[in-house]
Amino acid sequence: MAEALVKHAFTGAGHPPAKATFDLMARPTAKTGLVSWLTTVDHKKIGMLYGGFAILFFLIGGLEALMIRTQLMVPNNRFISAQLYNELFTMHGTTMIFLAVMPLNAAFFNLLIPLQIGARDVAFPRLNSFSLWTWVVGAILLNVGWITHFVPAWNFGGAPDVGWFGYAPLTSKVFTPDMSTDLWVLGLQVLGLSSIVASLNFIVTIINLRAPGLTMMRLPVFTWMALVTSFLLILALPAIAIALVEVMMDRNFGTNFFEVSGGGQPILWQHLFWVFGHPEVYILILPPMGYVSEILPTFSRKPLFGYPIVVFSGVAIGFIGFGVWSHHMFTTGMGTVATAAFSIATMAIAVPTGVKIFNWIGTLWGGQISTRVPMMFALGFIWMFMLGGFSGVMHAAAPADAQQQDSYFVIAHFHYVLIGGATFALLAAIHFWFPKFFGRMVPELWGKISFWLIFAGFNCTFFPMHFLGLNGMPRRTWTYDSNMGWNEGNMFATWGAYLLGLGIFTYFAVLVWSFFKGKVCGNDPWDARTLEWSIPSPPPEHNFAAIPTVHARDAWWYEKTHKEEIAAEKAEHIKAEEAHGGIHMPDQSWYPLIAAFGLLVATYNFAQLRHPVEMFGNQVLSSHLPLAITGGVILVAALYLWALEGPAGYHLHIAPDGKITESRGGHH
Amino acid sequence: MSSHAATGHIDHHHDHTTTTGIPNKKLLWWAFLASDCMFFGALISTHLVYRLNPFPGNAIPTQVFNIELTSFSTFILLMSSLLMALAVNAIQHGNVKSTRTMLLGTMFFGCIFLGGQVYEFDHFVHAQKMTLSNSIFGSTFYTLTGTHGTHVAIGVLLLGMMYVRTFKPVTGGGLLKNIVHLAAVCVVMGVSFIWFVPDMIQAVYGASIGEMLSVHAKPYAIGAAALAAVFWFARTGGEVEFGEKNAIDVEAIGLYWHFVDIVWIIIFTAVYLLEYL
Repeated sequence: MAEALVKHAFTGAGHPPAKATFDLMARPTAKTGLVSWLTTVDHKKIGMLYGGFAILFFLIGGLEALMIRTQLMVPNNRFISAQLYNELFTMHGTTMIFLAVMPLNAAFFNLLIPLQIGARDVAFPRLNSFSLWTWVVGAILLNVGWITHFVPAWNFGGAPDVGWFGYAPLTSKVFTPDMSTDLWVLGLQVLGLSSIVASLNFIVTIINLRAPGLTMMRLPVFTWMALVTSFLLILALPAIAIALVEVMMDRNFGTNFFEVSGGGQPILWQHLFWVFGHPEVYILILPPMGYVSEILPTFSRKPLFGYPIVVFSGVAIGFIGFGVWSHHMFTTGMGTVATAAFSIATMAIAVPTGVKIFNWIGTLWGGQISTRVPMMFALGFIWMFMLGGFSGVMHAAAPADAQQQDSYFVIAHFHYVLIGGATFALLAAIHFWFPKFFGRMVPELWGKISFWLIFAGFNCTFFPMHFLGLNGMPRRTWTYDSNMGWNEGNMFATWGAYLLGLGIFTYFAVLVWSFFKGKVCGNDPWDARTLEWSIPSPPPEHNFAAIPTVHARDAWWYEKTHKEEIAAEKAEHIKAEEAHGGIHMPDQSWYPLIAAFGLLVATYNFAQLRHPVEMFGNQVLSSHLPLAITGGVILVAALYLWALEGPAGYHLHIAPDGKITESRGGHH
Repeated sequence: MSSHAATGHIDHHHDHTTTTGIPNKKLLWWAFLASDCMFFGALISTHLVYRLNPFPGNAIPTQVFNIELTSFSTFILLMSSLLMALAVNAIQHGNVKSTRTMLLGTMFFGCIFLGGQVYEFDHFVHAQKMTLSNSIFGSTFYTLTGTHGTHVAIGVLLLGMMYVRTFKPVTGGGLLKNIVHLAAVCVVMGVSFIWFVPDMIQAVYGASIGEMLSVHAKPYAIGAAALAAVFWFARTGGEVEFGEKNAIDVEAIGLYWHFVDIVWIIIFTAVYLLEYL
C-alpha cells in the first residue's frame, strides 16, 4: 500500500547526499518503501500515517463500543465481566478522543494546512515527524495492557479501568494497585507532548508560512480553526499534564495531592482535569466546524456566508471554552456563585456556536445545492450537532444538570456532538479530500448507502439514551435489573449500534475499494475553492510548482476566473525561484523516530518503576529505573544528533516542459 | 529588509523568508513559553490552594525555609540571565569564542542555583524533617520547586548541547569525540550541582572542606577528570561550522532560559517571600 500511495508522486533521480561532517549514518533518501515512511518529513505522508493509525484506532474503539452495547442489550447479562466492562468503557472513551478523533484532525492539519496556505511543508518538518512517532508511543502505552488478557505473565493488570477522566481518588494506589493506571498516566502524558509539539509547529506554519497575499482574513476557515485549535491545545494540555504529574507523584513517590488522609483534596483533580477537558471538547469540534465550512460552500456554489463572523465565532468559542470547565462539576457543591457563573458562561458559549450554524444555513440559502456524499454528511453534521447542542444547553442549567449528571442523558448528549458532530464532519472530510490525496473518486451510490446506514444507526443507538437517562439509568453501569423499565431502550440502542457498525464498515470498505478501483480524477473534481485543488491529485512532493500569490479569499476560485493573469504570474515565480537555486526540499531523517523510540523505552519502564525486571522468571534488576534512564539517554542522544545533522536538503528544478530534476549542494 | 548574500550582514530581528518577519524558531519558542506558563500556572495554583487550606500538622514554612540561601541562589539565577544575554550578543557578532565562554558561565550559574536547591532539599528532608509524604506542604513545595529545577536542568543540558555543538568542524569527522565531549560536560555539570555546590554551601555553614572531599572522593575524582577532558576537548582546532548564522539558535535557548528565570521570580515570591509577610 505504501508504494501504491506514493507511485503517483514525483520520484526523483535519488542523488545520494554528499557525505557531510559528523554523519553517524547516511541520511535516508528512499522515496518509496518502508524506510521512506519511517523517516519521512513530508507533511502529506505524515498526514497519511496519522490518518491510517487513527482509522485503525477508530475501528478498535468502535469494536469496544459494540462489546459494551452487547453487554447492555438485555438485563442481567453476563456477556463480559464487570472488570472487562470497566476496561472497555475506559478505553473506548480514551481511544475515541485521543487515538481516533484527535489524530484524524491532526491528519487533516498535516494534509491540508500547507496546501491551503500555499506552502511546501510545515515550518519544522522533522519535528512534525517526531510528533507523529511520539503519538504512536502514547498509543502503545495506553493499549499495552490488553496483552494481560492474552498473556497473563505480562502482568499489567489489564487495560486502564479508571474511566477516561480518571477521577481521584480512584486512581490512587489503594483502589488501583496494578500498573494499568501508571500506563494510562504516562500514555496520556506522552500523547499530550505529541499534541503540544505538533500544535507549536502548526501555529508557526500558519502564522509564518502563508503565501504572498494570503492575509489572515483570507485564510480558509479550516486553517483558521486549525490555528485556534492549536492554541487551545498548547494552553489546555499543560493543565492535564500537571494533574497527571500529581497522580504519578502520589502513586510512585508518596505525595498527598489527592490523598485525603494526608491533606489532599480529590476535587483538585476534577478542576485540573476539566480545565483541560473542556477546551478539549472544542479541540475535538472546531476542526470539524472547519471541514464543514469548506464543504458547504463548495456544494452550495456560493462563498461562505459571513466569513468574518464565522472566524470570529470560532475564536470566541476558543476563548469562552476556557471559562466553562466547572459545568462538569455542578453536583460537587462548588457554591451558588461559582455554579451561577459557570452556568451563565456555558449558556454564553452556545451563542457563537449558534452564530456559526446560522451562517452555514445562510451559506445554503439560495445556493445551487448538490447533494453529493460529503454534502450529505455535512448537512447531517449541522442537524445532529444541533441536537447535541440543545441537550448541551439543557446541562448548562445547573438544577436540570443535577438530575442529568452521570446518567445516560449525558451519554446521549456527548455522542450527539462527538458522532453526530465531530465524526459526521470527519467522514464528510475524508470523503471530500479522498480524491485529492489518492487521485480517485469514491462511488457516489455506495457513499450514500453508507451515509444512510450511519445516519439511521446513529440515531437508533443514541436517541433512546435520552429517555434511558431521564428514566434514571446511570452511565458506566455494567448491567441492570429487568424491572427498571430500561429493557426496550437498551435493546433498541444495541440494534442501532449494530446498524451503525455496519454503516461504518461499509464506509471504510468502500474507501478501500476506491483506493484500488475508484474512477481516476483530476485536480479539482468538486469544482472547489481553496488552493489544494489547484495542484495535481495526489499532490507532488513539493506541492506547488510555483508558490501562488493569493488575490482573494477563495483563492482557487479567483485563479479559475483569472487564468491568464495567474499563468503569467506563475511562470514568473518559477523563473525567479530557479534563479535562487530551485525549490528547496528538506532531507528525511532517522532521528525523530529514534528519539520517539527512546521516549518509548523511557516511559514504558518508568510506568513500572517500582517493579523488579524479570526475564524467564528470574529477577534481573530490582527496579526499572536503569532501563528508564537508558531510554532517556537514547532520547537525548537522538535529539543532539538531530541538532547536529541540521535540516540539510536538496533542490528540485522544474523545466519549462514540466520535467523535474533534483540537485544537491550549491546554495545551502 | 536586508539580504544576507548581498551585504554579508544578517538582520537578527527580521527574517524576510517568513510572512511576519519573525524567525520561525523564535515564534515556536514564544508559543512554547505560553504553554509553559500554563504548566507553572497549574502547579503554582495547586501549591497556593493547599497552602490556603492547610491540614493539621502541616509544615510551617518559615521554620523550614532558609531564606538567606534561597535569596542568594535567586540572585545567581538572575545573573545567569545576564551571561545568557551576553552569549546571544556575542554570537550575533559572530564571536564564537566569547559565545562559548558565556554559555559555560550561564551553565555554571545554573548549576550553582541547582546546587542550592539540592542542598535545600537535603536540608529540609534531613534536618527539618519535611518530606514529600509527611505534609501536604512538602508534596506541593517539592513538586513545584522540583519541576522548576528540572526546567533549569533541562536548560543546562540544552546549553551544554549548544556549547559542544560549536566545536563541529567545517570538514572532517570526530563525531565520537564530540559526543564524549558532551558526556564530559554533562558529568562536570552533574558533579558540580549534586556534590560540589552543596558541599561549598556546607563549608560556608562551617563544615570542613577536607572531610567533604574525602567523603565524596569518588564523584570529585570523576568530576575532575571530566573537567580536564572538557578543557582538553576545547583546544581550538580548525574552522568550525557554528557562527553568526546560528544566532537564532542561541537566542531561542536564551528565551527559554530567561523565561525559567522569570518563573523563578514568581515562585520565589509566591512560595517563599509571601510567607514572611
